[in-house]
Amino acid sequence: MALRRLLAPLIAAALILFAAPSLAVEPDEVLPDPAQEARARQLSQHLRCVVCQNQSIDDSNAELARDLRVLVRERIKAGDSDEAAMAYIAARYGNFVLLKPPMQFNTLLLWFGPGLVLLLAFAGYFMLIGKPGKQADLDGAETLTAVEREKLDAILTKGRTS
Amino acid sequence: MVAEVGHFALILTLTLALAQSILPIAGAHLGDLKLMRFGSSAAVGQAVFLTVAFAALIACYVTSDFSVRNVVENSNSAMPLIYKVTATWGNHEGSMLLWVLIMAVFGAAVAVFGDNLPAPLKARALAVQGMLGVGFLVFVLFTSNPFIRLDPAVPDGQDLNPLLQDLGLAVHPPFLYLGYVGFSMAFSFSVAALIEGRVDASWARWVRPWVLAAWCFLTIGITLGSYWAYYELGWGGWWFWDPVENASFMPWLTGTALLHCALVVERRQTLVNWTILLGILTFSLSLVGTFLVRSGVLTSVHSFAVDPARGVFVLALLVLISGGALALYAYRAPTLKQGTPFAPVSRESSLVLNNVLLVSACATVFIGTFYPLVIEVMSNDKISVGPPFFNMTFVPMMIPLLLLMVVGPFLKWKRDTIREALAKLRRPAIVTGLGLSAILLATFGAHALAAFGFGIAIWVIAGSLAILARRMRIGQAPLATSLHLARITPRSVYGLVLAHAGIGVLVAGITAMSAWTEEELRKLPIGGALDVGGYRVTLKTVEGVTGPNYQAERAVFDISSDDQFVSTIFSERRYYPVRRTQTTEAGIHTNLISNVYLAIGEESGSKEWTVRAYYHPLAPWIWFGPMIMALGGFISLSDRRFRVGAPRRARAAPVLAPAE
Repeated sequence: MALRRLLAPLIAAALILFAAPSLAVEPDEVLPDPAQEARARQLSQHLRCVVCQNQSIDDSNAELARDLRVLVRERIKAGDSDEAAMAYIAARYGNFVLLKPPMQFNTLLLWFGPGLVLLLAFAGYFMLIGKPGKQADLDGAETLTAVEREKLDAILTKGRTS
Repeated sequence: MVAEVGHFALILTLTLALAQSILPIAGAHLGDLKLMRFGSSAAVGQAVFLTVAFAALIACYVTSDFSVRNVVENSNSAMPLIYKVTATWGNHEGSMLLWVLIMAVFGAAVAVFGDNLPAPLKARALAVQGMLGVGFLVFVLFTSNPFIRLDPAVPDGQDLNPLLQDLGLAVHPPFLYLGYVGFSMAFSFSVAALIEGRVDASWARWVRPWVLAAWCFLTIGITLGSYWAYYELGWGGWWFWDPVENASFMPWLTGTALLHCALVVERRQTLVNWTILLGILTFSLSLVGTFLVRSGVLTSVHSFAVDPARGVFVLALLVLISGGALALYAYRAPTLKQGTPFAPVSRESSLVLNNVLLVSACATVFIGTFYPLVIEVMSNDKISVGPPFFNMTFVPMMIPLLLLMVVGPFLKWKRDTIREALAKLRRPAIVTGLGLSAILLATFGAHALAAFGFGIAIWVIAGSLAILARRMRIGQAPLATSLHLARITPRSVYGLVLAHAGIGVLVAGITAMSAWTEEELRKLPIGGALDVGGYRVTLKTVEGVTGPNYQAERAVFDISSDDQFVSTIFSERRYYPVRRTQTTEAGIHTNLISNVYLAIGEESGSKEWTVRAYYHPLAPWIWFGPMIMALGGFISLSDRRFRVGAPRRARAAPVLAPAE
């Protein structure tokens, strides 16, 4: 216990020393122009923090995410359009930072895969409901064979007596 | 000593599981009832021994036995008792022990409650369950054994990951596993049916409750995980399309599909092949989820290669289990009897459409989750697939599903017309139209997308309640008749209404959160205030506090509205010295309609603190919705005793009695 009391100030110091900036966007990063800031936030949500596990730089508190956020704001202040700012950053940090992957040869399957699956599934659906002769079967299909009828009767009587 | 007892129980379980995977199936083949019955005894035995093993591990944690490596790596003597207990499954080895325990408990449940099952089907299903058990027990014993001793023992442990020292996350894995592993029942029964070569209504009636139970648990597990992310990660998001989340979401999607198409098998004996395939796929996706989370493949393909034993093992299990079952399916499925046909407009057809959309949505999540890994392996290129991708692909598939899920329950089995079904939906349609116009008018048309979202939410909720209104003949019959009709309405109908309405509640929450969240980011001195969402937030004090195993800086806020004091809440930044990790504890004030969310940040030089404040309208509904869905599932489950599922009890309470 005494040891812990002794350690407390050290720990408090550690809290300050090891503390990463603990919130995502910091007040000092915010641009004075609200319209520009809104654009910056929008873009930030589409950029990945490279050292984190699947976080956007808007959500991340890592130092590198902060650098990237500042860079986004610099580009916007410099008058870049959203596309130009994103292209600028992708050119420097690689496609890895884009949370919305670019459409290119090796992402064709990614972008068109879901639609393809949906198309196939629908094809299966239409094959299932559109089988020729199916409609004609609809009314006849319910008829029971003599044996089945007998079984059914037996079950029904049993249910009534118990 | 305690650890050795657990270790030994684990080994005994493996031998039992080995016997269980061979003898009953041989018995079923030879027509030997004794051998078939062995399956039940073995299944109960497995559950007993694994309970002993798990209890032994908990005991090691509670007594802080730092001669057990697993305890040293994940516990600390200063940790509160509750987290010592939950730390048992808050790590890889312990969680895998929990996994096999739950699997054994499910197996034992079949053995005990499955009196009415045909003996050969029961024996085969238990044998398959035994094989799954062998696979995972070998995995635990040889790659992830929690009972390994440390020699010499150490004075204290390395603490549990501080992010996991939280009640929400402590109960999250057990629910998730109850879901994942619960789907193993669907798998075992599907494979057993394939071996037998026949599937009938009673098969579906037996499997459906298990699928429903697993689905309810998984729903709760995912919801808890999402809520945890909301309050613990410190920036107020609730779903990130993170691979770990996707891993649990994929079996949920196919599980939901399975739930609905098993209904068709039960009622109409059709779609048998597809149901069996979904049973296999759903459990396979549970295994995929386990592989993703447990192999370390997520952080990077390369980290997977550093310690490949576990990853390769799970992957091998996955290939063996899913591949084996799928091969058997390809071989046997064509021989299964095809059921009765149905018209393009019918309940069956709507349920098939449900499956089309759910399975495609699942495939989308699958592609988005695995594509970066595939790209990295094949071309050494690195890409990210994040929320924007899923918003563009997954969400559009959900919209038709949400519109259709209201129409489906109003369609008759076998054959119906769209006109008749829509006529029954006139009232929900009117309510939806009114709600949609009201929102458009109130916001001067500025929030068309939000109005659309709310339109869907209202449509789903009103449409679900309309099922009940129609059964009770509200407005057409006297009140007494309606009340009587409500009383004799089966619980499964209430379950359906709640589960569907829950989706509507969730959609409303998501819509409000994406359209009307407000955020304020400020540096505040003591006594400083900011305004967010109609509330005034004042920073009262910031003080240092000492927890059992952490140091924290605690900010106390007063929240007021129109100069009326509302509540005092606090937000902490904690530092856990053993792991040198910092966490944020957000302060949340909720009135069940909206949340005020506060997170404290760094102190800047001049006695000012960064404060991030959010106003989150309808945020609680994001978790209420799924909880209502799970509740609906459980209510539906309680209806089961009136089904063929439990003949013994049914004899005590006659099926036809309109009691309760």
